[in-house]
Amino acid sequence: MTETGLQSEKLPAEPVAAPPARDLFAKFDPLLAERTALMSSGVRDPFGIVMEEVTSPTTAVIRGQETILLGTYNYMGMTFDPDVIAAGTRALERFGSGTNGSRMLNGTFRDHVEAEDALKEFYGASGAIVFSTGYQANLGTISTMAGRGEYVILDADSHASIYDGCKMGDAEIVRFRHNSVEDLDKRLGRLPKEPGKLVVLEGVYSMLGDIAPLREMVQVAKKHGCMVLVDEAHSMGFFGEHGRGVYEAQGLVLGEDVDLVIGTFSKSVGTVGGFCISNHPKFEGLRFSCRPYIFTASLPPSVVATAATSVRKLMTAHDKRARLWDNARRLHAGLKGLGFALGTETCDSAIVAVILQDQAQAVVMWQALLEAGLYVNVARPPATPSGTFLLRCSICAEHTSEQIEQVITMFAAAGRLAGATK
Amino acid sequence: MTDRTAILDTLRTQIEPFNKKGVAITEATSFQGDLEWDSLTVMDFVAAIEDEFDIIITMNMQAEIENVGQLADAVEKLRG
Repeated sequence: MTETGLQSEKLPAEPVAAPPARDLFAKFDPLLAERTALMSSGVRDPFGIVMEEVTSPTTAVIRGQETILLGTYNYMGMTFDPDVIAAGTRALERFGSGTNGSRMLNGTFRDHVEAEDALKEFYGASGAIVFSTGYQANLGTISTMAGRGEYVILDADSHASIYDGCKMGDAEIVRFRHNSVEDLDKRLGRLPKEPGKLVVLEGVYSMLGDIAPLREMVQVAKKHGCMVLVDEAHSMGFFGEHGRGVYEAQGLVLGEDVDLVIGTFSKSVGTVGGFCISNHPKFEGLRFSCRPYIFTASLPPSVVATAATSVRKLMTAHDKRARLWDNARRLHAGLKGLGFALGTETCDSAIVAVILQDQAQAVVMWQALLEAGLYVNVARPPATPSGTFLLRCSICAEHTSEQIEQVITMFAAAGRLAGATK
Repeated sequence: MTDRTAILDTLRTQIEPFNKKGVAITEATSFQGDLEWDSLTVMDFVAAIEDEFDIIITMNMQAEIENVGQLADAVEKLRG
């Protein structure tokens, strides 16, 4: 060591005793206790299901038992489409298993561009940005589009990714009562006129499966000079003439009424990923500013190849669309006929939510269904509105008539067992 | 009656329907700790206060408000 080198640092002779480390995990105690109590009542863990084999878009093997899947968001049943699988296989072989990088640097391959081109065609949009998940699409778009001093106005029942996008950004956040056009109007009327405002809506709200009165809400938003983002995650492929979503079904036009549409590859498209599309001439600015787009790895080539193929096939999937609606209506009518309380009075979407009294009833019924060979989702607060406990069914175009009949029969038995129906 | 007293009186009236435990309301009463409100109750209550005073309490502001006194301060400021 030279003369100018490091001097040895002496520790104080008697170091001050640090207090014992606080256990940061202690905050999970109530949650873990609740789970232990639930599990000790002898039920199976609704949040610990493992699909041992997946045999089709509508069936899987769970604990050795062939089970009908009625809780997967695989609305259009694209996961086993031969063209989709072939595209994924080819990409896996030609481009390898991963991209090892950000979309911004080395992580954009041919099929990322191909997926964005397919989306532009699907929506008739001039711009499309593919994110690694739908969650990140909302997180990135909302947090980047609305800056400091600007406003995001969101529905109280918005998805967690929308809330998190608000939390991540610097904008002022205002929420309005779920699907209330009047409340939205009132709140927008109280905001200062000058700052930029983004109203965030969803086509289908995924917990109860209800749809938004988008036409009226957009009218109000435009009256107050706001831009509009619509999340169409649960409607792609089967709402509107081109399957673009609830906004299209209600006669709204991208670029005029709606500024940004958020979507996902993990539902109707049948793989994973998220996207934002727009007709705005400055849309590419978002790509270069959006942290959840830049600071994460891009999707593997096989995933974007399957997405691109699936999106193109969805443009003309008229038969699937008709079958999906037919299945959804039959299930809704069947469950209503059995006397269940449902999330919507009529069949508004491909989600049918059965409303139950409490967690115990929901789990007893869920387990009875699983043992009979049917998988549905359990949903509980805080994910659900107004503290409700739900069994959520999401329907697939590939469910057969026989499966729908079977499902209704299983619900009849489980409902009696759980005391949810007479 | 000063403005602030009037605001506090109105807040008390608005808290009443949500005050399931019958907690005595002072400026130090906290919404989470004393009243034990969950996020859904908070949302309904905030909406009621906003309508009453014709103001907007953004979620950013709500995150900073823990007790009745702080809410009265916010209302006073927002009404301008």
